[in-house]
Amino acid sequence: MFVRGLKRKCFDGEEDIEGTLAGIKAIPSYNLQRQSLLDMSLVKLQLCHMLVEPNLCRSVLIANTVRQIQEEMTQDGTWQMINTQSPGQASLDRLVSTDILCRSSRDQAEGKHLPAYGAFSKDFESDQAQESSETMSTTSSVQAPRNLQSNVWEMENPQENKGNFQKSLDQIFETLENKSPNSVEDLFSEVDNSYYDLDTMLTGMMSNTKMGHCDSLETFSSPTNTASNSNCKSDLNDLDHIVEILVES
Amino acid sequence: FLGAGGGNDIQWCFSQVKGAVDDDVAEADIISTVEFNHSGELLATGDKGGRVVIFQQEQENKTQSHSRGEYNVYSTFQSHEPEFDYLKSLEIEEKINKIRWLPQKNAAQFLLSTNDKTIKLWKISERDKRPEGYNLKEEDGRYRDPTTVTTLRVPVFRPMDLMVEASPRRIFANAHTYHINSISINSDYETYLSADDLRINLWHLEITDRSFNIVDIKPANMEELTEVITAAEFHPNSCSTFVYSSSKGTIRLCDMRASALCDRHSKLFEEPEDPSNRSFFSEIISSISDVKFSHSGRYMMTRDYLSVKIWDLNMENRPVETYQVHEYLRSKLCSLYENDCIFDKFECCWNGIVMTGSYNNFFRMFDRNSKRDVTLEASRENNKPRTVLKPRKVCASGKRKKDEISVDSLDFNKKILHTAWHPKENIIAVATTNNLYIFQDKMN
Repeated sequence: MFVRGLKRKCFDGEEDIEGTLAGIKAIPSYNLQRQSLLDMSLVKLQLCHMLVEPNLCRSVLIANTVRQIQEEMTQDGTWQMINTQSPGQASLDRLVSTDILCRSSRDQAEGKHLPAYGAFSKDFESDQAQESSETMSTTSSVQAPRNLQSNVWEMENPQENKGNFQKSLDQIFETLENKSPNSVEDLFSEVDNSYYDLDTMLTGMMSNTKMGHCDSLETFSSPTNTASNSNCKSDLNDLDHIVEILVES
Repeated sequence: FLGAGGGNDIQWCFSQVKGAVDDDVAEADIISTVEFNHSGELLATGDKGGRVVIFQQEQENKTQSHSRGEYNVYSTFQSHEPEFDYLKSLEIEEKINKIRWLPQKNAAQFLLSTNDKTIKLWKISERDKRPEGYNLKEEDGRYRDPTTVTTLRVPVFRPMDLMVEASPRRIFANAHTYHINSISINSDYETYLSADDLRINLWHLEITDRSFNIVDIKPANMEELTEVITAAEFHPNSCSTFVYSSSKGTIRLCDMRASALCDRHSKLFEEPEDPSNRSFFSEIISSISDVKFSHSGRYMMTRDYLSVKIWDLNMENRPVETYQVHEYLRSKLCSLYENDCIFDKFECCWNGIVMTGSYNNFFRMFDRNSKRDVTLEASRENNKPRTVLKPRKVCASGKRKKDEISVDSLDFNKKILHTAWHPKENIIAVATTNNLYIFQDKMN
């Protein structure tokens, strides 16, 4: 749940590194929430595309929300965190995809829609800085204790809400499986709206091409430790497996 | 309770409820629009199944002074059928989005009803006499041999059971690429507008094969789309003026005399955002779901997710009054976003007093003069005719008092999106998911 009026910490260049790192511990909660909101929004947009004729107002509002989050994530003062934690500056989408795949098991369950996130963010951030601030924020979230995630849904029934989330994801894949690849593409090509990036992503999924970032992933040398690398490998295999299932149906 | 003119409080009493009693709601029965006609004698509802049901108020019984006439079913007809758009391979829903009555000019009644794509003009007429006394046919209906007819008999009209017929007189189709959200009849009673997500068209009631596009906010590149039209209405007195609201919380007033395509507004009404309330949901909750002019046309009312605002047409930079409908939901916006309730489009109406719906089958009324407000519930429980409605209260946080309901116990599936106020009397129609409630003020 979003804490209303939570001010985002803005790091200016003057702060020392220790101060910044200490500040990081307070941030993950907000960043985690923001990330979850972003994920949820992308799921909703995908569902929009699954419907017979998406409600344009709703799609526009959700897309605007995604855009806002993206803008905030790139403008956020987490640039300092990047400098302190990562030596290299790999390309945006590679970092994003690595990080997503390295997330916790809960996040892996949601990992199916991650390619969407990669494609989407690529489009929205093409004019923004090359640094991937959100990557670092989620990297820190990986290291954060698991129970932080329950803080994301500050509601009476966190389990129920996780269930709802899972249900929405299940819905996407049910619809994907029930439709033949051609009809899915036809649906998208006929609907008069503009979310071409998602369309590209989804048609890419259906035609069983490996995600671009998966390819680059194999050549990418992670700045993080080897333990997370091996997690990424297994996650990558899972992702391939999922895509295979989807395409075969 | 609310204060009305003369210092008397309005006490709302249950009068009637229409619709199925079961909890299991058939999708087709979901009420999607409610509208009184200009005299208030007729009350129309549209549903998701494309049907229109019209209720008629009984003539007041002079001996029973303690209640106004009841509303009974007058006519039911299938206005729209589901259609299939072959070009897009998409189904077009038959759900009735809006009904608007025309003022009565002769014995028949006329209304406009619309689904996502097509507007229809319906004529509702009564037949209570029929000619009788023909001697031209046999009893089985065959025409008699003319040589056997030896007398000239002039038929006479005799009374018959009242029959109400609805017939479609005009069909206004193929003018909207996007989903129609509003129709509004002009004060000239000859033209009307229809608005979809990106365009507004002007029609003449007599002409179905042509309409004029008066607003078009579709960007050249759809990827740049960030704002859609959410509602539109003609000014009640000025036939060249109309307003339309957007998903970004703005209202634009346009004058058709300025140019053929009203791309540039004459006035832009927008309240600056409150920075302390800013969140990722700010834009979504600012999206306006309904706009209504006051009778005088001096003011207009808008409904966004959490509030109702009254605007003076002479002041563009902020509303003159703001009423919080369910502020306790502000801290729940994330869950409401997740379950999609944040996209619910609530309507509003007014007749001196502002009325709008909420969740848990609650609806809210705000008295602009006394600044008092009340929350009432549309429910079959404890509602006998002429029972005064008990005010309800939602407990936002902290200790819940007796009779209060906590925010977390609210049923978000029970939403009141559509309400209507009788144009002349204190009678209100409130639609829950599939039931129509009629309340009236307590007469002594």
